Amino acid sequence: MLQMSWLIPLFPLLSFILLVVFRKSSNENTAWIGVLLTGASFVLSFGAWLAVWQGDGIKVEGTWFQLGERAITMGYEVNPLNALMLVIVSLVSLLVHLYSKGYMHGDERFSVFFAYLGLFSFAMLGLVLSPNLLQLYMFWELVGLGSFLLIGFYYFKPEAKAAAKKAFVMTRIGDVGLFIGMVLLFWQVGSFEYDEIFSAIKNGELSQSMLTLTAICIFVGAIGKSGQLPLHTWLPDAMEGPTPVSALIHAATMVAAGVYLVAAMYPLFQASETALTVVAVVGGVTAIFAASIGLMQKDIKRVLAYSTVSQLGYMMLALGASGYVAGIFHLTTHAFFKALLFLAAGSVIHAVHTQNIEEMGGLWKKLNITGPLFLIGALAISGIPLLSGFFSKDEILMSTYADGKYGLFWIAVIAAFMTAFYMFRLFFLVFTGKPRGSQKGVHESPSVMTLPMIVLGVLAVVAGYLNTPWFGTFLTDYLSQGPVELLHADHHGPVWIPFVATAVALLGIGLAYMIYQKGSVSRDWLTRTFPGLSHVIYNKWFVDEGYDRTVVKGTTGLSWLGVWFDKYVIEGLVAGVVSGVQALSRLGSEMQNGQVQSYGTFAIFGLVLLLLIAALSGGYFS
Amino acid sequence: MSSVPLTAYLMLALILFCIGLFGALTKRNAVIVLISIELMLNAVNINLVAFAKYSLNPGLTGQVFSLFTITVAAAEAAVGLAILIALYRNRQTVNVDEMDTMKR
Repeated sequence: MLQMSWLIPLFPLLSFILLVVFRKSSNENTAWIGVLLTGASFVLSFGAWLAVWQGDGIKVEGTWFQLGERAITMGYEVNPLNALMLVIVSLVSLLVHLYSKGYMHGDERFSVFFAYLGLFSFAMLGLVLSPNLLQLYMFWELVGLGSFLLIGFYYFKPEAKAAAKKAFVMTRIGDVGLFIGMVLLFWQVGSFEYDEIFSAIKNGELSQSMLTLTAICIFVGAIGKSGQLPLHTWLPDAMEGPTPVSALIHAATMVAAGVYLVAAMYPLFQASETALTVVAVVGGVTAIFAASIGLMQKDIKRVLAYSTVSQLGYMMLALGASGYVAGIFHLTTHAFFKALLFLAAGSVIHAVHTQNIEEMGGLWKKLNITGPLFLIGALAISGIPLLSGFFSKDEILMSTYADGKYGLFWIAVIAAFMTAFYMFRLFFLVFTGKPRGSQKGVHESPSVMTLPMIVLGVLAVVAGYLNTPWFGTFLTDYLSQGPVELLHADHHGPVWIPFVATAVALLGIGLAYMIYQKGSVSRDWLTRTFPGLSHVIYNKWFVDEGYDRTVVKGTTGLSWLGVWFDKYVIEGLVAGVVSGVQALSRLGSEMQNGQVQSYGTFAIFGLVLLLLIAALSGGYFS
Repeated sequence: MSSVPLTAYLMLALILFCIGLFGALTKRNAVIVLISIELMLNAVNINLVAFAKYSLNPGLTGQVFSLFTITVAAAEAAVGLAILIALYRNRQTVNVDEMDTMKR
């Protein structure tokens, strides 16, 4: 099975090519091409995963080209970490393909949408299979392209166009960091191969400061892709894309690529305490920061987007706190429940044709499949016991505590409270109470949309049992086959941590219930109590405005200056030279007036000039 | 012998030459231009004679040379006047300003 794993990314590529060829076809059965081919790659991924589970692995490489004495290689590799990613990516991609068949029904560019999905899936699976950084970087950029195309799918909407551009530029800033880190590693180690880099680190070939520098550069790439703090602003705007895209790219796969990158390069991070601390702090601060913004958003997808940013922060926090397994575990469970939430949100939007939660309400009865599934997703992300989110979040908290990062631990607990609160604010506003706004002809989505949601709903419940303190730590055993040495294999923090986590989750749900369902606490209670703070949070901490005032204005000013310089200095110089030459030649042509006397005059003046020079220079023409 | 120094001869020649040059370059009448050229030639003759007498080893070479020059100048004046008459017959003018056929 493993020998065929190079085929995994090629099926979606084939789907992309076929669908681009048939893009003019108005027949919506073209969707089945995408579904079937993605299904094939899911089957292969699952087979590969089973083989790796039994302790197998594969790495195939060939020389791509020779650079001096160094060979640049290409190939594929299946190890425990990326086998798990393969399954997540291909499964979510398959489900999203299926869901899109219903969601995109009637769209003019139906086939193009599926073609783009295929391109993205190809890039993402290729990224995961890469055995070296160079190949990863190429697929990394290709993934960015897929994301750009899909965010800007409704290119006739100016917001979607702007969002696509923003996503491209913001992630590119991070990519520069990754590129620098990669080149530095190549300079130091002489190879892009993970294995060689890791063995060089192990043998102490790199100085401590170089380790920290490269690790942080690579982490900058992860910050851009995973929407971590300074570069997070593109992710909420990316919600302008169709909802299945948000579920696939901006919840489960591409944004997790940053986390995957840190996990794949984990030995590098392990070698530098500073880099790990940076990862943990960025993750922790992002978690609480994004969660606080999520509290006040009015757009159903934007709440979920900020929630994604916050959960990615959690994963980074876990990785930074030596909780390698916890980070990967949360990545897995989050992929399922967040994709579920997005697809459910898409189903709601499909039904009521608005994204504003103030115009929804009372949908529980009308959407009798979507509603319970959304509730499962919300419970899972809030960390209610027995659902997947509980176990993974618990492990993150445990490892943060065990690593001695108590400040970040409490930040994560507060963020967990906020998560529960905003998820249930969303739930109560959308599904309970009286219908607000005009809801005509609201009906449940077709089964092609509900089926993927049901699959994800089941996974959102059971995925947590991959790694529990009660039934067995399957995931830990599985991941420890990989190249990463798990330093803190057993994160047995204090027993009270799960209880605290459950308590804050219930507290958040309870508060949301009191405010948005029972109304026993006024809805603007917080706004009135802290007017300044809530104003700042409502406006997303003014990060976008800050970037507008500084970076955007600065760049615009600089380009104005450049234009001015070009227009007046460079072009002025050119015009000066031109008019100088023209004046000189006009003088020359006027001197040729055909009159012997003027010729004689010029000759005399010339002679006098020559004699003057001769006299002044002492009689010699040197 | 006379007490006239070389400088005086040279100054005279210079003044004559400059007058001749000015006339040759500025006068509109072709006849005057020809006369001015004769003036310049004669300024040169004065120089030749003066240097023949006052140079480090005086001799007759300069004076003989100036006689030759006068002869050649006479021939040249004859040719010049002949061209002038031919030109006048063609163009009905002796105005130098109107003779700019070199431009075309």
